Amino acid sequence: MADLHGEDLTLAYDRQVVAHRLGITIPPRSFTVIVGPNACGKSTLLKALAGLLRPAAGQVYLDGRAINAYSTKQVARRLGLLPQTALAPDGITVVDLVSRGRYPHQRLLRQWSTEDETAVAEAMAATGVADLADRVVDELSGGQRQRVWLAMVLAQRTPLLLLDEPTTFLDIAHQIEVLDLCADLHERGDRTLVAVLHDLNQAARYATHLVVMRAGAIVAEGPPASVLTEELVSEVFGLPCQIIDDPQTGTPLVIPAARTRRPASSPSS
Amino acid sequence: MTRTRPPAAAPAMTRTRPRVVGGLLLVACAVVGVVILGTGDYPIPPLEVIRTLFGAGTPAAEYIVLDLRLPRLLTALAVGAALAASGAIFQSLTRNPLGSPDIIGFTAGASTGALIAIIATGAGVAGVAVGAVGGGVLTAATVYLLAYRRGTHGYRLVIIGVGVQALLVATNNYLLVRGNIWDAQRAAVWLTGSLNARDWSHATVAGAGLAVLLPVAMALSPPCRMLEMGDEAAQALGVAVERTRLALIAVAVGLAAAGTAAAGPVAFVALAAPQLARRLTRATGPGVLPAAAMGAVLLLTSDLIAQRALAPTQLPVGVVTSCLGGGYLVWLLRRGRDG
Repeated sequence: MADLHGEDLTLAYDRQVVAHRLGITIPPRSFTVIVGPNACGKSTLLKALAGLLRPAAGQVYLDGRAINAYSTKQVARRLGLLPQTALAPDGITVVDLVSRGRYPHQRLLRQWSTEDETAVAEAMAATGVADLADRVVDELSGGQRQRVWLAMVLAQRTPLLLLDEPTTFLDIAHQIEVLDLCADLHERGDRTLVAVLHDLNQAARYATHLVVMRAGAIVAEGPPASVLTEELVSEVFGLPCQIIDDPQTGTPLVIPAARTRRPASSPSS
Repeated sequence: MTRTRPPAAAPAMTRTRPRVVGGLLLVACAVVGVVILGTGDYPIPPLEVIRTLFGAGTPAAEYIVLDLRLPRLLTALAVGAALAASGAIFQSLTRNPLGSPDIIGFTAGASTGALIAIIATGAGVAGVAVGAVGGGVLTAATVYLLAYRRGTHGYRLVIIGVGVQALLVATNNYLLVRGNIWDAQRAAVWLTGSLNARDWSHATVAGAGLAVLLPVAMALSPPCRMLEMGDEAAQALGVAVERTRLALIAVAVGLAAAGTAAAGPVAFVALAAPQLARRLTRATGPGVLPAAAMGAVLLLTSDLIAQRALAPTQLPVGVVTSCLGGGYLVWLLRRGRDG
């Protein structure tokens, strides 16, 4: 069971309201991708769904219970989150970092078990970093490092995985590598994945459920093929475009309108 | 997965290297300790020292070793360990190798408290210790509360700590200038940190503080290690971030207070010992225990030098720790980032 939904969420930092009375349901076993313009509140929503940000109003429910009714550790045994801000401590090795994903399963007097060992080994195998186990994380390439972080969240062994812009700062090949890995994890395991992404075409390719946000509100959601229309992209991003079928996958492919075809003033369609 | 890892590559929690290093440091403590107990105006050979410690010495050796020198040695051990453990926690919390009880204003506040006790009230040794602990703890609490705004972030703590520290240093200078020359000299010795004329009361204060707080610090080490990955990552992995950080700060301030009450603000132990220990253990995380052992070795060795370097003149141990710790840090940093 991996049921995650938010009801009537008002999200705010101090007094600045980011989202107002928003409702969202993550379909179980989906690969849900949240997209939207910069500062539309997508990362904030993800943090609220993970229980990291307490909503000013409304409630997030995890497996049928309010998320703040769980202890921090209990949440971490059900839901894994890879935030953008995660820092690798100086000089830490890959296996050490991945092992930290086992923290929510540990107790003061039961520090390390064979189950922990297996979870770490499996997570490293699934992300293809087993051969890097004893390398220092700082010395890895960006793509490798991101796979190590994914391995850490996987080692948590949670049915729900939330990823905040997992492809940022990666070149295109590494972006695809990480997203392919996410798709593998989604297909192979019994997991629900939720990711915030920037690239619409990648979102359309990998998502089974697409959530489009603008200014703190959800404007459309559903399968990418039905959600992603020329009207929607123009309305949400202010970008006139043409949408064709991705020749590789048949998913929607957004082609921005050529410079000369764009109206000089703000878009009207 | 086909690859099996050797035990040496097991995760930090089960890794043996920090334990081996800690054990070796304890052996080093014992060796330096025996040398110190045998050193002074009446030198006693190491074997005689050991025999005396086990209750088989001559009455004269017993008096010199157990009554005169042992309290000072135990004070040095406990103070070094407490200050180093405190520094290890602050370095981990701030993700800054220059972290120490200074960053939360503890040292400056303790100095202000001690100076007020010496100069304004003319207090004795116990009064100075109480003033120092009170001033330090009060300052740390103030900095924490000022830095608190929907949670405390490492950098806000550092910046407010620096500001408060500047105010207190100005106050301290004012007090030193206002005081009479005898009080000012007494204050200057206290501010340097000294182990001269330490008796069982000092050893008890530092030892009791260490005995209570070191186990707590070790119990808090796993969540502290998680905090090094950033607040969001730590919370996502199940750490109650604010509560853990407050507990860690409280324990670290308590350790610094125990050390400072017994020996004054001995410089550089809190800063250098965790760094030196980390270079030996090559582990991540606060490494409280190896740091404490390293702090004890560092302060014992410094005390040996302070007693013998310009004998019969006894230097305040803080002068030596500054030279040793500072020099070694500079040398390490010159050698390259990863030593």
